[in-house]
Amino acid sequence: MHMLKVLLSRLGQAALVMLVVSAVSFLMFRFVGDPVATMSRENATVEEKAELRRSLGLDQPVVVQYGRFLARTLSGDLGISYRNQRPVTQLIAERLPATLELVIVATVLSLALGIPLGVLCALKPNGIAARLVQALSLVGISTPTFVTGIVLILVFAVSLGWLPSFGRGQVVDLGWWSTGFLTASGLKSLLLPGITLALYQLTLIMRLVRAEMIDVLSSDYIRFAKARGLPSRYIHFRLALRNALMPVITVTGLQIGSLIAFAIVTETVFQWPGMGLLFIQAVSFADIPVMAAYLLFVGLLFVLINTVVDILYAVVDPRLRARSA
Amino acid sequence: MSDLQPPVLAIDGLRVEYPLANGSVFTAVEHASLVIQPGEIHALVGESGAGKTTIGNAVMGLLEKPGRIAAGTIHIGGKPFDPAKGSAEGVVLGRDVGAVFQDPMTSLNPLFTVESQLTETMRAHLKLDRASARARALQLLEAVGIPEPQRRLKAYPHQLSGGQRQRVVIAAALSCDPKLVVADEPTTALDVSVQAQILKLLRDLADERGIGILLVTHNMGVVAQIADRVTIMHRGKVVESGPTVEVLRRPRAPYAKALIGAVPRIDAKLDRFPVLGDEGKGRAAEARAMLRSSAERTGDAVDGAPILSVENLCVEYITSGWLPGSKGHTFRAVDGVSFSVNSGEVFGLVGESGCGKTTIANVVSGLLNPTAGRVTYRGQTVAGEGAIRRIGPLRQAIQMIFQDPYSSLNSRMRIGSILAEPILFYRLASSKAEAEDDVARLIEAVGLEAEAAQRFPHAFSGGQRQRLSIARALGARPRLIVCDEPTSSLDVSVQAQILNLLKDLRDATGLTLLLISHDLAVVRQMCDRVAVMRQGKLVEEAPSETLFTAPQHPYTRELLSLVPTLDRIRGEPQAA
Repeated sequence: MHMLKVLLSRLGQAALVMLVVSAVSFLMFRFVGDPVATMSRENATVEEKAELRRSLGLDQPVVVQYGRFLARTLSGDLGISYRNQRPVTQLIAERLPATLELVIVATVLSLALGIPLGVLCALKPNGIAARLVQALSLVGISTPTFVTGIVLILVFAVSLGWLPSFGRGQVVDLGWWSTGFLTASGLKSLLLPGITLALYQLTLIMRLVRAEMIDVLSSDYIRFAKARGLPSRYIHFRLALRNALMPVITVTGLQIGSLIAFAIVTETVFQWPGMGLLFIQAVSFADIPVMAAYLLFVGLLFVLINTVVDILYAVVDPRLRARSA
Repeated sequence: MSDLQPPVLAIDGLRVEYPLANGSVFTAVEHASLVIQPGEIHALVGESGAGKTTIGNAVMGLLEKPGRIAAGTIHIGGKPFDPAKGSAEGVVLGRDVGAVFQDPMTSLNPLFTVESQLTETMRAHLKLDRASARARALQLLEAVGIPEPQRRLKAYPHQLSGGQRQRVVIAAALSCDPKLVVADEPTTALDVSVQAQILKLLRDLADERGIGILLVTHNMGVVAQIADRVTIMHRGKVVESGPTVEVLRRPRAPYAKALIGAVPRIDAKLDRFPVLGDEGKGRAAEARAMLRSSAERTGDAVDGAPILSVENLCVEYITSGWLPGSKGHTFRAVDGVSFSVNSGEVFGLVGESGCGKTTIANVVSGLLNPTAGRVTYRGQTVAGEGAIRRIGPLRQAIQMIFQDPYSSLNSRMRIGSILAEPILFYRLASSKAEAEDDVARLIEAVGLEAEAAQRFPHAFSGGQRQRLSIARALGARPRLIVCDEPTSSLDVSVQAQILNLLKDLRDATGLTLLLISHDLAVVRQMCDRVAVMRQGKLVEEAPSETLFTAPQHPYTRELLSLVPTLDRIRGEPQAA
C-alpha cells in the first residue's frame, strides 16, 4: 500500500468516526430533558413556549434538526448556549486554556515521577523502596479520582492551609490565552488538581516503564553491553532506558486524550473553570449545544490523536526507514 | 615460546551452583578444568543444558543470579578470578576479555548506530576521545572485513545483514585488544557461507593476534574446522577433553561417541541415525500400525505418482512508495520455481536464508497466495490462478510442522486439547471418547507416554514439543506434511531422534514429506530427491545420492564445500 493511500484511508475512517460521534451526541441529548421547560419563565403561556421552541428550531423533525446541526458544525458554528446565550465556540475557547494547563501539569508530573520510579522498581525489584512504590501504586491505581482530590483538599487546604482548595487563582490574560503559570497563586492553585489528575497516569507510566525496563534488561543487547564492561549507570540510563521509553511515548500520547476527558471529575472537585466544569454545568441545565459541542470536541481529540499515532507507526516502522536509506 | 606467557585462561575444578527455591542446590557445572594458551581456540561442546554456556558466563562474571561459583579457580592471564567481585584483579571485562554472542540480530541495540556501539567500549576502557575512537572503529571494521566501513559506521543494526552484524559484534569484542575472547555459538544463527567467513575470521584472529578463544558450540563440524583443542561436556561434567583430532577421531567416553555419531553425515547415507537407547519399539510401533490402518481407510494408496506439483511459481513482495503511482520496490522471493513431489517420497528443499524456501512452504500449505504460477495437489489447483477453495479433505491432506516448537504449541491449552483440535475439526472421530483414543495413539506413535495429554506444553523439552507438533500434524490424517526446518532449533541427539521418528512414520503410514532445511547433511540423510534453491530460483534438482556425489551446479558444489564436516579436521594430515 502506498503511504498516501494509508494516510487517506486513515483520514476517511477518522471522518466516519466523527460523523458517528456527531450523530450520537446529537441524538443522545434529545433525551436529557426539555430545554424549553428550563429556559422559559415558570408561568409562560403555551404560545410563548411554542414560539421559543420554533426560534430554537426544535419544532422541526429530528432528521432536519440533525442536518442543520451538521451543516452549522461544519461551518465552525456550534450554536448558542441555551444557558448564557453566548456562542458555544466562544465558551470553549475561554475554558480550553484552564483544562489544557491542568493536563500539561498532570502529564509533566506523571512523566517526571513515573519514569524514575519505574526504573527504580525495575533495577531493584526486591528493594524496600521498590516494594513500597509498588504497593502505593496499587493504591493510586485503585482509588477513584474524586476521593484522592477530596483527601488532598482535606490535608493541604483545610488542615495545613498551604494550598488553595478551588479555582485557578490569579490568571494573566494574554489576549488569546489566560494562563496561571505566571502568578504565584496561579501556580499554587495548579498543584492539587494537577496531582489529583496525574495520579492514575503516574502509576500507569511507572508500571509500564518497570515492565518494559525489566524486559529490555534481559535482552541480548544489554547482556552484550555488560559483557563489554560498560559502566552500569551508562547501560541502565543511556542504553536500556531509551529502548524502554518507546512504548511510553505512545501511551503518553494516547493518554493525553483521556486526561482531558477525565478532567471532568477533577475539575468538579476543585471547581476548576475548565471544559469539564462547563460540561457538568451544561448537563444540569440541559444545555444541549454545549454538551454536544463538548462531546464532539473530546471525540475529535481522540480521533486526531489516534490517527496521528497510527500514521507515526507507519513512519517509525524500521522497515520503512530501511527502504529510504 | 609461548611457554613464557601464562595461559590466557586456566580453569581448574570449577563448580557452579544454583540454589533453588526449595532449599536444594542445582549443580550446573561440576569439576570442570581447561587451559587455553595464547593463539589457541578451545571448543567447549555439548548439548543444551550441558553447562557450556555457564562456564563462559562464569569466566566473564556474568552468571545469572542466584548462580555462584562454589568451588575451583579461574585464572585469566595468570590472574586469579575473585568470585566475590565477579572479576579477576586487574582484568576488566570488555578490555581484557571480549565476548561474542550467538544471535547477531539481537546482540546489537536497535536504537544506536554501529559507531556509537563500537566507540562506547573504547571510550569507557581506553579513555579515547570521540575522534580517535572513531578512527579506531574504522580500522576495526576494516579488520573484520566489512565493506565501505565509513558508511557502515553511520548505519543502524537493521540496515546490516546477519553476517555483517556478527562482524560488528566481533569488532566490538576486539575493540580494546583483549587477550581472551569468549564466543558463545558465534555462527549458529548464520548461513553456511557466512559461517565459513566468520570462522575464518576467528581463526585468523587467533593466529595473527595471539588471542585465546573459548568457543562454545554444539556444532561438531565447526569444532573440526577451527578448534585446536576440544572439551566435551554432558550434564555439567567434562566427559572428554584433548586435541581436536584425537577427540573427534577416537572418542573414548560413550557419550562422546554417541554425540559424534549423532552428527548427520554428509558423506554417506545411513539407514538410521545412531542414538542412545532404543525407540520406536513396542507400544510406539503398535500405535503406528494403527495409524497406518486409519490412513488406509481414506483409500489413498501410495502409488509413487506425483502428489504435489509446483509449476512456475512466483511470489513477489511489493513494498510501497509514498505516492500512488510511484514505483515501490518489488522483491521477488520465489522466481519461476517448478518441481513435483511423488507420493510416499521425502522431497528436500535446501538453500540459505532468504532463498525463498519457506515462502514455498507457505504457499503449499495455503498460508500465502502466489503472484503467478500454481500449485496442484493430485491434479487439483490449490494455489495460484483458478485455485479452488481449500475446504474439508483438501485442507486436511496437507499439514505443516514448524521450526520453533516453543511458539508453535498454544501454551494455554493442554496437549490433549491441542491434539484433539484437528481430529474434531475434520470430524475424524464420531465421539469425544474416540477422539481421546486417537490422541492417546498419536502421542504413543511419536514416542511419548499417553498421560502427556493431561499436561501443558511448558512441561516438555524442545524435542518432546516437536514430537507433539508432529503428532498434531498427523492427527488430521494428512497425505503430505510440509516440514519447515523441523530440527534446526534442536540438539543433535534430539535432532537424530526426531529425524528417525519422521522416517519411521513415513515407513509406517506412507506419508509424503516436503522437507525444508538449510542443513545439507540432514537433507542427505532424509531425502529421496533434493532441490537446491538460490535467491528465489531453483538451481538444481536431482535424486539425493546423485546430488551429493555428483553435484552439477557450481552453487551446489560451493554449498557442499562450505559445510564444516568431520572429514576435515584441523591439524589432521590430509589424505591425498
